[in-house]
Amino acid sequence: MTNSIDEVENADCLLISGSNTTEAHPVIGYRVRKALKNGAKLIVIEPRRIELADYADVFVQIKPGTNEAIFNGLLHVIIKEDLYDKEFVAERTEGFEEVKAAVEKYTPEYVAEITGANAEDIVEAARIYAAADKASVLYTMGITQHSSGTNNVLAIANLVMATGNIGRESTGMNPLRGQNNVQGACDMGALPVVFTGYQPVVDPAANEKFSKAWGVSLNDKPGLTVTEIFKGAKDGTVKAVYIMGENPMISDADLNHLEESLDKLEFLVVQDIFLTETAQYADVVLPACTFAEKDGTFVNTERRVQKVNKAIGPIGESKADWEIIMALANKLGIDWNYGSAEDVFKEITSLTPSYAGITYQRLEEEEGIQWPCPTEDHPGTKFLHQGKFSRGLGKFHPIEHQPPAESPDEDYPFILTTGRNLYHYHTASMTGRSKGIKEFSFEDTLRINPEDAAALGVADGDMVKVASRRGEIQVKAEITDTVGKGVVFMTFHFSDSPVNKLTNCVIDPIAKIPELKVSAVKVEKVAEMAAK
Amino acid sequence: MTKLNVTINGLPVEAEAGMTILEAAELAGIDIPTFCHDPQLVGAGACRICIVEVENARNLPASCVTPIWDGMVINTESDRAVQARKANLSLLLANHPLDCLTCEKSGACSLQDYCYKYGVSETDYVGEGKDYAVEDSNPFYERDMNKCILCGKCARVCHEINGAGAIDYAFRGFTSTISPAFGEPVENSPCVFCGMCTDICPVGALTPKLSKGKGRVWEINKVKTICPYCGTGCAIDLHVKGNEIVGASGNREGLANKGHVCVKGHYGWDFVHSPDRLTKPLIKKDGKFEEASWDEALSLVADKFKAAGAEGLAGLSSARCTNEDNYLFQKLLRMMGSNSVDHCARL
Repeated sequence: MTNSIDEVENADCLLISGSNTTEAHPVIGYRVRKALKNGAKLIVIEPRRIELADYADVFVQIKPGTNEAIFNGLLHVIIKEDLYDKEFVAERTEGFEEVKAAVEKYTPEYVAEITGANAEDIVEAARIYAAADKASVLYTMGITQHSSGTNNVLAIANLVMATGNIGRESTGMNPLRGQNNVQGACDMGALPVVFTGYQPVVDPAANEKFSKAWGVSLNDKPGLTVTEIFKGAKDGTVKAVYIMGENPMISDADLNHLEESLDKLEFLVVQDIFLTETAQYADVVLPACTFAEKDGTFVNTERRVQKVNKAIGPIGESKADWEIIMALANKLGIDWNYGSAEDVFKEITSLTPSYAGITYQRLEEEEGIQWPCPTEDHPGTKFLHQGKFSRGLGKFHPIEHQPPAESPDEDYPFILTTGRNLYHYHTASMTGRSKGIKEFSFEDTLRINPEDAAALGVADGDMVKVASRRGEIQVKAEITDTVGKGVVFMTFHFSDSPVNKLTNCVIDPIAKIPELKVSAVKVEKVAEMAAK
Repeated sequence: MTKLNVTINGLPVEAEAGMTILEAAELAGIDIPTFCHDPQLVGAGACRICIVEVENARNLPASCVTPIWDGMVINTESDRAVQARKANLSLLLANHPLDCLTCEKSGACSLQDYCYKYGVSETDYVGEGKDYAVEDSNPFYERDMNKCILCGKCARVCHEINGAGAIDYAFRGFTSTISPAFGEPVENSPCVFCGMCTDICPVGALTPKLSKGKGRVWEINKVKTICPYCGTGCAIDLHVKGNEIVGASGNREGLANKGHVCVKGHYGWDFVHSPDRLTKPLIKKDGKFEEASWDEALSLVADKFKAAGAEGLAGLSSARCTNEDNYLFQKLLRMMGSNSVDHCARL
């Protein structure tokens, strides 16, 4: 997030897109509702009529996979009606003219045709967003999990910069990070191209710095991304894979394809707290501690590094993940002897400029610190890009709408889009083992529009078969007008209806993110299938 | 800020204009009993336990909603205030089950604490009692409206903080209670089971089911940590007895959440003690997992990693694990010559 969570409630306008905030980030959802009580305007741009759509000043219901078009459309109206921030554009940005030319053709009528939204709603949303003094965009995977994910984000950035809605309190562009420490995992260099704090492995200075600190000559070629790793496993170039605390056999796109890759692997070690769907494929399983059994730090969506404190001792012979990694390193002849998580953290801060001023003591005294925090007397950074962007001038990127890899056709007439529910988290390895939660939310449904259900002869609660070009699953149908005609929705939490058997692993060329939000599927009633 | 000078229990106190008597007293370290007050909620002045005596005032004002004025002279424990407070407690006890022996809230119950403080052991007003069935049809918390003292904080946290607005006052006079619309069970209301109402309830009317019978308040050690679910990063307290987690609640010091939580952070911690937990390393032999020692398992992994070579080795780190775990994970892979380290940031 460029801003902090507590700034949400003071925004004048919230534009929420690709985020079911009240279910996926409930506590941030409370802040959104607080903002509305304080008088903020709300624009919701979503394929589904989520809860927040009911409170919205404008709800723009779009077809999945048409995000760049809608954001180009908003910018078109803002430029046409001369509502953009000329001073901000002139002083803080570059490349506006190219974008102005690129959005010229994205008239409300043209965008309505692509997205399925009403042209008048597009105009109204644009006017509301442009009129706000402090407008904040909240988005999540509904924007990014597309083969055009990077362009979607750039299209939002164009809108934000053209209206000067960045670099101030309650004013910015806020991707809500999904998992408890996804921000931290990225910060720590758990990515193939960077060391900690986004220092590129290909940068000779960074490579030399880490080589010196770690006492080995480090590889300076980018590694493989998760999608490429499994492709490598399939073609035999990747032989051994070490998976810590991840369950791709539920969460990744195109599970049948992934299963083939795991089967081909020579050696798989999985380190986890449960024998997950992925761990079942392992040659060796290492028992790890949960968050409650360890010390360390998590980084939240507002870049706040926070202290995780050990509440109980390890269950059974399980060990903290860092202790297991150290024991393995020792077996590999690497002489590590960290005495505590804090020892590891000290090494992190010594090598990571954006963390340099953070200590465990400060984290406890100051209730976490938001990076960048370069020195011990630096208070941390509440919001980003004040006065100046990281690269100097903010760069506009002309973006063209690019349809998703799969469009509905005669064989697969529906668009399937996926998401989360309030009760479960990700692959439900934890929430699925929590008594109250699993009692209350125990199965998934295929959300389908009443007109579509009627055409298929499907009644509420009927078991249906959902199939894509990659696989099929069975699940109960739930008839609801929260999804538009031609669109169906499922969550990916449940292992007995693993929706990722259906999803498409085509990826965005830059971010390498799979297009989980758009797959073409067909739906058939199972009873009729049996009768045939 | 305009400073005002007041006197509380004979002490001179400098406070800010706009502060309530309660806030000025807190500034001076003087404790005034409250049921319905919470600094995060709009003042209600409903319960009248916080009444104080103010010189030259006709009545006993509720300190939680009465602003101070310059020169105000306040006595929080005058005979008149204490008599009124005792009468208030006696009236509450007339309708409150005295099952403190088995009540989950015993030891952290404001009613119990104030009755102890003011020596109120029984009611002066014996009469009809409430007779509600305990509502326990949802898996997260119990609602025992017989114990409710109608402070209304649960309804206010639901409306003002969560925004769900699932419950509110219903009926009048003696039959007044807190209820979802039409007396339906909470699972048929807009309740999203954040359970913030159970955290804020000053008595034993709202209690989490998972913690029932698991430990007394005074046996429990609260350990502050961060919720393991979404990226909001809510600070929570894990309630620990021995080596077992028996409950959780929001921690108000957390700057990301200010004590607020959702159903997962509040009631989703018990996977930690699931019988499915992995407790020993496993090695697959002939397609079946067999328990192994750490030494055996790690030696096997090390041999296989060496055999795979830098080009053949890859790792998936974790967005669920700590920074320290992730740092060492990528450091190990990179020291082995492989930059093929990634995680589920894109999922």
